[in-house]
Amino acid sequence: MTILVIAEHNNQSLNPGTLNTVAAATKLGGDIHVLVAGHNAGAAAQAATKIAVVAKVLHSDDAAYAHNLAENIATLIASIGKNYSHVAAPASFFGKNVLPRAAALLDVAQVTDVVAIESADTFVRPIYAGNALATVQITSTPILLTVRPTAFDPAAEGGSASVEALASTGDTGLSSFIGQELTKSERPDLQTAKIVISGGRGLGSGENYEKYIIPVADKLGAATGASRAAVDAGYVPNDYQVGQTGKIVAPNLYIAVGISGAIQHLAGMKDSKVIVAINKDSEAPIFQIADYGLVADLFEALPELEKALG
Amino acid sequence: MKIIVPVKRVIDAYVTIRVKADQSGVETANVKMSMNPFCEIAVEEAIRMKEAGKATEIIVVSAGPATVQETMRTAMAMGADRGIHILCDEEIQPLTMAKLLKAIVEKEQPGLVLTGKQAIDSENNQTGQMLAALLNWPQGTFASKIVLESDHAVVTREIDGGLETLKLKMPCVVTTDLRLNEPRYAALPNIMKAKKKQLDTVTPADLGVTVQSAIKTLKVTEPPKRQAGIKVASVEELVAKLKTEAKVI
Repeated sequence: MTILVIAEHNNQSLNPGTLNTVAAATKLGGDIHVLVAGHNAGAAAQAATKIAVVAKVLHSDDAAYAHNLAENIATLIASIGKNYSHVAAPASFFGKNVLPRAAALLDVAQVTDVVAIESADTFVRPIYAGNALATVQITSTPILLTVRPTAFDPAAEGGSASVEALASTGDTGLSSFIGQELTKSERPDLQTAKIVISGGRGLGSGENYEKYIIPVADKLGAATGASRAAVDAGYVPNDYQVGQTGKIVAPNLYIAVGISGAIQHLAGMKDSKVIVAINKDSEAPIFQIADYGLVADLFEALPELEKALG
Repeated sequence: MKIIVPVKRVIDAYVTIRVKADQSGVETANVKMSMNPFCEIAVEEAIRMKEAGKATEIIVVSAGPATVQETMRTAMAMGADRGIHILCDEEIQPLTMAKLLKAIVEKEQPGLVLTGKQAIDSENNQTGQMLAALLNWPQGTFASKIVLESDHAVVTREIDGGLETLKLKMPCVVTTDLRLNEPRYAALPNIMKAKKKQLDTVTPADLGVTVQSAIKTLKVTEPPKRQAGIKVASVEELVAKLKTEAKVI
């Protein structure tokens, strides 16, 4: 059995989710190969060789892979997929875009969002916004799966795998990249941060988000997130959204401010180690899952919190 | 240009999900069903394209037992022109759904397939991508903006860390994210009119597709419940607890 992990990267370095996916792959049993498809992505391929459990890195370098176009990368994955028992990718916007396309090209099913591995063909995955867990067995091969990164600790470094060049399958010509608008932030990445502070509708405005959430985030070195209500109201950009359809996070500390706790939001953060809720409504559902609840007006509590953090 | 909009009937987003005691699935008896919210966004977007003169006909497609026709009528009340119901009582998994849709696409020859990025029940997030692969069409997943030009679509997509814009050759498959639009409610006169719109029924066999279930659900369980913790009286107490008890700051 050999397992292929599809690396998510920006040509320079690996996205942390790749390490979690490799860690999940070790639970399947078998050699692990990592595919780095990119353009001038030697640095990312080198980074993959340093993951301790990786036996081989396949590096395919072509301008067609510069921007993660699903049409091109899925074709490449499908061209080698039959050589593997499993093909795994992070269940991120990248993996969810590319892997189902590769699955259909291979004429096999795919298991999405794996949170636990019971055996080489049996997996646990959340359904209904995490309100139920399904244990599923897949009979088609190769077995394709996307792995929820927060459910697995990252694989350790310290390896020295070899790099093998893999021929490109070229550009399908179906799509092309026009541009990207990435939210610039000096803060830790929402999905890998140890502390996350999120704001909800209770903040009332984007200005208040800046004025009340940001100073506390600065003191804690925290990543900043938001509920869907806050995003829909335009307080912060879309990619701040924590929840079923946004980011799934599981930091050591999650602070929910002015967030009532809709199921949709809880699905994105309920696996956090410690949850703090600050809300003036003592009946808010968020308090039912919070380790520490503070019933207070956030406009008073947050400046106090900032001060108390010294 | 025709637009095909596949929609799924799911347990309503506001219903509390209950896992069955025998772990065979979740309770669906006497539970309110609705159109998957992401599919609703796809229907709305297709209607707006037609209103803008970019499309001529909207065909809504759904697979499942006879009850899915109710959901299809909702789409027609919103503004879809006609429906194709794939009658099937078995569970339909994404790869099979993609094959069924491929057969319909080949017959109807649409310029665009618009569908939800995922269904809120099974949460697979696969069907659109799989359909695009089988048709050898480009895909624009998680779309927050779609601009149709003469022979291509410019799709803005939600990605980790921001937005990305792609140019896709037409025909193509686009899957919708939350912020693409806000779906309209169907007005009562339109609900009445929708009952008279054409709705054809086909079977997987008619489409030459065998229903396959490569994924078997062994059991469905409740996730571990998180216990409610304590209420603290002040910010000071909160900070003290986080430092000495939880040791997370």
